[in-house]
Formats: sequence, C-alpha cells, structure tokens
Amino acid sequence: MTEPFLELVDISKSYPGVVALDHVGLAVSPGEVIALIGENGAGKSTLMKVLGGVVEPSGGRIRVDGVERSALTVAEAITAGIAFVHQELNLFDNLDVAGNVFIGREPVHGGPLRLIDRKELYARTQPLLDRLGADFAPDAPLAELSLAQRQLVEIMKALSLDARLVIMDEPTSSLTLSETDRLMRVIAALKAHGVSIIFITHRLNEVMQCADRAVVLRDGRMVGALTRAELSPAAMIRLMIGRDLKSLYVPPAAPPGEAVLDIVEVVTETYPERTVSLSVRRGEILGLAGLVGSGRTELARAIFGVDLLRGGAIKLNGEAIRVTNPRAAIDQGIYLIPEDRKACGLLLDVSIAENISLPDLASYLRFFLVNTAQETKNARAQREQLKIRAPDVATTVGSLSGGNQQKVVLAKWLSMRPKVLIFDEPTRGVDVGAKQEIYEMLRRLTDAGVAILMISSDMEEVIGVSDRIAVMHEGAISGFLDRSQFSEHNVLQLAVGHAV
Amino acid sequence: MNKKDLSLLVLILVVGAVVAFINPRFLYVGNLSNTLNQVGMFGIFSIAEAFVIIIGGIELSVGSVIALLGVLFIDLIVNHDVNWMLAFAAIIASGLVIGLVHGALVTRMHIQPFVVTLCGLLIYRGAARYYTEDATAGFGFGASFPTLEWLTAGRTNLLGFPVPHSVVALIVVAAIAWVLLHRSVFGRYLYAVGKNEEAARYSGIRSERVMVSAYVICGGLTAFAAILFAMYTRSISPAVHGSFYELYAIAAAVLGGCSLRGGEGSIVGVVLGTVLLQVLQNLVNLLGIPSSLNFAVMGAVILIGVLADQYLVQRRQRVSVAKGREQATLAAAPLEG
Repeated sequence: MTEPFLELVDISKSYPGVVALDHVGLAVSPGEVIALIGENGAGKSTLMKVLGGVVEPSGGRIRVDGVERSALTVAEAITAGIAFVHQELNLFDNLDVAGNVFIGREPVHGGPLRLIDRKELYARTQPLLDRLGADFAPDAPLAELSLAQRQLVEIMKALSLDARLVIMDEPTSSLTLSETDRLMRVIAALKAHGVSIIFITHRLNEVMQCADRAVVLRDGRMVGALTRAELSPAAMIRLMIGRDLKSLYVPPAAPPGEAVLDIVEVVTETYPERTVSLSVRRGEILGLAGLVGSGRTELARAIFGVDLLRGGAIKLNGEAIRVTNPRAAIDQGIYLIPEDRKACGLLLDVSIAENISLPDLASYLRFFLVNTAQETKNARAQREQLKIRAPDVATTVGSLSGGNQQKVVLAKWLSMRPKVLIFDEPTRGVDVGAKQEIYEMLRRLTDAGVAILMISSDMEEVIGVSDRIAVMHEGAISGFLDRSQFSEHNVLQLAVGHAV
Repeated sequence: MNKKDLSLLVLILVVGAVVAFINPRFLYVGNLSNTLNQVGMFGIFSIAEAFVIIIGGIELSVGSVIALLGVLFIDLIVNHDVNWMLAFAAIIASGLVIGLVHGALVTRMHIQPFVVTLCGLLIYRGAARYYTEDATAGFGFGASFPTLEWLTAGRTNLLGFPVPHSVVALIVVAAIAWVLLHRSVFGRYLYAVGKNEEAARYSGIRSERVMVSAYVICGGLTAFAAILFAMYTRSISPAVHGSFYELYAIAAAVLGGCSLRGGEGSIVGVVLGTVLLQVLQNLVNLLGIPSSLNFAVMGAVILIGVLADQYLVQRRQRVSVAKGREQATLAAAPLEG
C-alpha cells in the first residue's frame, strides 16, 4: 500500500454536554476504499464534516500531503482534493447535467458579457460521464434523472475538481439493488484511477463487497479497524456494540394488559411494497428500534393521520378506526410527539400556556371564548408536574432549552388523557437531567394504563426504557425482542436485516 | 394595545398635529367627518385583508371585488328592482363564495395565494367592465332608497359632530373581529396556522379549513365594503373604481403589525394603520402637495415606518444575544477553569 496522503490525528470534537469525537485517528492512502460504520450517533457524520472543513475540531491535527493543520476550511478541503457526496444531494434541478457539474466554474467566451461557452461546457463534461460509464447526456436536464443518476452527477462534480478523496454519506440508502451494484462498479473504477473513497453505510454486505478496510466508530471513539481479510458481518457487529449500558430500566407496576393499539399490515408511502404489523399493550412501553430511514417515522405519521394510509388497518381496543387526519387520531386518544419538535411540535414564538392548550382549546371555552385564566392554571399545573424550567407559563417556548421544550410538547397531551402515546425520539437534543425526568414520566403514564410506542435511535434508551422492542428494517418489522433477549447485539442484528 | 399599536398611535397624533399646525382646516368638523368616513370604508376591507395575511396568505383581488360587487349591487336595486335587503344579502353571499373559491384553490389545488388572487384581480375587473359595457353604473334620476342611503352613507349627529355610519360599521366589524382574533378558539387557530402550519396540523387543527375560513371572511367583509363604496360614490366607473385598494389594505395591515409571513398582527393595529393612511391622504390635500405625489408620500412613510421597526427589532435582538453570550461565558467558565 502506498503512503497515506491524508491523516487525521487525535481528532476530538465536543459540544456543550456531548463529546461527539474522542481522539479519533484515520489515515487515507490513494486508491483506498474505507467503509465507516457505527450506530446512529456514533460520530461518523461529524468526523466526515471535520474532513470537509464544515466542522472545526476542538482538538487534534490534520495532515494533508505532509502539511499539518489544526483544522481545514471548506476551501482548503476542496484544494486538498476532498469532495463530498451528500445524502441530500446539493444539485440544482433547473439546470442540466453539465451546468451542475461546473456550477460557478462555467467556461466563458471572452468579452464583457462573459457568456457561457456551452460547447466547451459539454465537451468538458463528456469525459467525466465516460469515466463513470454513465448512461445520460451532458445536456440532460437534471430534473429528468433518477436519484442514482443524480448521485453520479455529484460524483462527476467531485472528479471535475480533481478530487483525490470522495466522501459518500450513506450513498445507497435510497438506491435499488441494481443501482447499488452500479455504484459499486463506479467505486471500483474510481479506485482504479487512484481516487480514495470513504463511505458511510449501515449495510454490512456492501462493506463486504467493496471496502479495503472498515473503520468502526462507537460513541465518538474509534473502536477498531478491520482489514479486508478480517471483514465479516459478525466481526463488524461485535465492534459496533459492546458498550456498558447503564441500567435505566424501571419495571412496570403491573404486567401489561390487553392490546390497545393494533397495527395490521399497514403500508406507508416510503415502502409501498412492505407491510408493518405490531400491537402495543395497555401499560407497556414498546420500543421501536431501527436504523435511520427504516420507516419508523413514516409509520408514526401514518398512525397519527399525517400521511394517508396506503393499506392495512389500525385498531384501537379491537375496533378498526379510520384516521384520515391528526384531528381524527386525537379524538380517539392517540397522540404523537413528533421527531422534529421545532417544525412540527411547537409554535416557537408563542407562550408555553398557549402551546399546551392548542390541541384541546374546545375544553377551555367560556361563552365561545378562550378562558385564559383556566389556560394559565392548567399550564402552571403541567409545569409543576413535568418540572418545566421556565420563569412563567407566559414565557415563549423558543427561549427554552431542548429538554424543557420537549416537556411542553408532552404537556400538551398529558392533560388530554392519552390512550396511546407515540413518542418519536423522546430525548433527541435533551440534556441528561431532563432525559431521566421524561423516562420517569413515561413509566408513570404506563402505570396509569397508557400504551406507549417509543421510536428511538438511541440504543441505551431503547434497551434501558422499553418493556419490549420491535425492530424495523427497510419498511418492515424484522423482529420482536422480549426483555430476556434485550442486547445491543440482538437489536443491531435485526436492524441490519439479519435474524437473531 | 401592544407596544407596536401604541407607537403607531403616537405617529398618527404627531402627523395629525403637524398637519393641523400648518393648515388648521384639518381640524374642521367637515374635514374630520369626511376623513372618518374614508377610514370607515377602507378599514373594513383592510380588516378583511388582515384575516388572510394572518394565516400567511395574501388577497390581491380586493379592489376588483369592490368594483364588481358594487356594480352588481347598483344594477340589482336600480335596474332590476330587487328589494335592497335581498340585494344586500345576495352581494354579501357572492363575496363569501368568492372567498370560498379562493380558499379552495389555495388549499385543495395548492396554487399560491398570490397567483390565485392576482387572477381574481384581473378576472373580476374584466367582468365588471364587461357587465356594464364599460359604462358608469349609477343611480338614475329619482331613484331613491332613503333607508339604505341613510344606513350606509348617512351621518348621525353626536354632540354636534356628524359621525359617518361607515365608521359605526367599522367599529362594529372591528369589535367582532377583535374578539374573534384575539379571544376566540378560531382566532388561536388562525394565528397558529399562520405561524407554523405543520405544528398546527400536528396539534389537530384542520388547517385547510381554517385557511379557507379566512378567505371566506375576507370575501364577505370585502362585499360589505363594496356596498358602502357603491352607496357613497353613487356612481361606479368599473375601469377605475376601487383600483389599488388591495394595496391600501395590505399597507394598513403591514403598518398594523401584520407580517406577510403570517402569524402576526392585531386588529387595533390594522385600524390605526388605516387611520394613518387616510391622514396622509388628507395631508397631501391640505398641505398643497401635488396630488400626483399621493402614493409616493404614502410609500415613503410606510418604508420609513418598516425600517424603523426593523431597526428596533434588530437592536433588541443584539442586546439579548449579547446578554445570552455573557451568561454562556459565565456558565462555561467553571468548566474551562
């Protein structure tokens, strides 16, 4: 193997309260294909952002061609030949292929108008297309290309910048099998030209297929690297897990009762060819685990009536219900606390009290008008109960910390006697103290007979809080686990689509 | 009354005082009463506009609706001998239907409100002109509707001051709108949808229905204003009647604290905004400024007002960010030390 041209040494990055990267080292040689794997939140994306110059590390050194720096800027990363192919592609769908590849660097005719030299533009794009074996023309409008083809355009853009390292963040997450195969061939072709690749993926068979080396991150630390000879799914999973999980678990006061919510062969928009079936019982917390993009949030949105059901049925206490919009779900006592609380959960520049009363204003009526005294009183009671840290219930929600914001979303539903509570990522962006309080509240709710479906990408949370775990993989349930079977290994096996 | 409304009131008083100082005719009973009459009519459709702006939409067809429905109203009672009460009801109903159609196009067909109502602006204007064959619609000789005229365009003496009935109508409309917007559940829904439609939906608000209702209310109130204008001018040339009124409405709403992004604005503010616009109009007339500069003066004052507001908001933010940073440094200090 040739000498590495790029080295990360002892890279650390901490955010207030979180260590995202902890003394990570990584060396990249020309023509090397490195798979970067690890659970959700292991620090993979942060590490790549350090390479791309988007995130400034709090410690460590970056060596490019022997020159050492403490951080890269975006411009330096580009000059060094580091290019990104993002998960959400950064392309303009009102331009054609060539226009996208050379955006901001278009060849121009001489003269004061600097008109674009289209002939030259297409002539420069064609060799790049040939190099990747792409089946579309340089003047094809981007809007007419498939996602996989757009990805190739993004790669061409990288090559046109003389990239020596192309970083791909979950490049295959939305590709079909044959598209994935083609991407694998493209990766091989790039490698043959001496271009290095780092790709982040959750699909272990892809790692087996094309990686020279797999680097495993866990909790921001590099826990191991596997050479081509050492690669096996078992070895990778072994490295990805194996963390000490603090025991958070508080058993329920009584064993769970009968099924309250039955999801019967439900089909969602994202995975129209898959069905999901599961039931949540009275007094239990059913953890719904799975990798990002496995269809969990889509399932929650379908149950809550945000998205239309493509098929299947939802039953509440054994009776089929029709949920065509969130109001219908709410009227049945099914509540959702969404993943993105800023966009979907809260009105940020409105007071705590008005946020809490919003879904239930009908019960605050006095002569057709909102009884603000009662509103304030109830909000104060909720603030007390959930320990929302705010000077007053008239405080605007936007000024609160993440944990307190999440408690406000929870407070909205608590006063409405939930039957089923769907909690999507309950503690994302929530500090440790508030986390514990939210878990305690969940247990108190199930002890009062509520059925809770908790979607979580946080392994510690799934294993530490759930009474039972369902795992999703690519739009379907890949397995259920009882407490006796709880382990990171088992959850991860199911999450990547292997049987336990 | 919030801070913004208060500063608007101060601005009105200052402008009024300056005008009165330069030209005392500003305070003559006749002038004040006429200005108030304008405020009444303009205020009603400005409140209509505010409903739509608060949910994050826009309504550009206000002026054309005033022309079309005004023409229709006069035609109904003058040429078709329809009972004026019946005609009144029919016109209000037409306004509600127009609003319903706009709302449905915006929410069901997902067409941008700007486009929907811009098309409305063109269509209704054209329809009004075609209907009268571009002739002026008016009351013929001897046509007289004493009760209707008294109700809509009449004035009642109150302590020697002739109060125009349009202002009485505005006060009633504004009071109802105030209660609706600032005290009722529906008002909460309007603001919630305007601030964050997605979050409103997740809270069980049928946001599409709320949005359609806003357009319907806007249409109904605009129809009411159309009748007032028809009875006030008594003759309508459909090519120019009510033109640019949508811009007066938007200007009043913006002056009154509405954000075109939605979710903000108060009824008191909108009424005060209307008052300011009419005082400015009056100022142009009384100070001998060429009336061709009318719009320019209005535009300049609104721009200055919005700039001043923006400046104050930014300064407030800078102060609070600086404070926040101070606190963060204090909190972080023990960790680093």
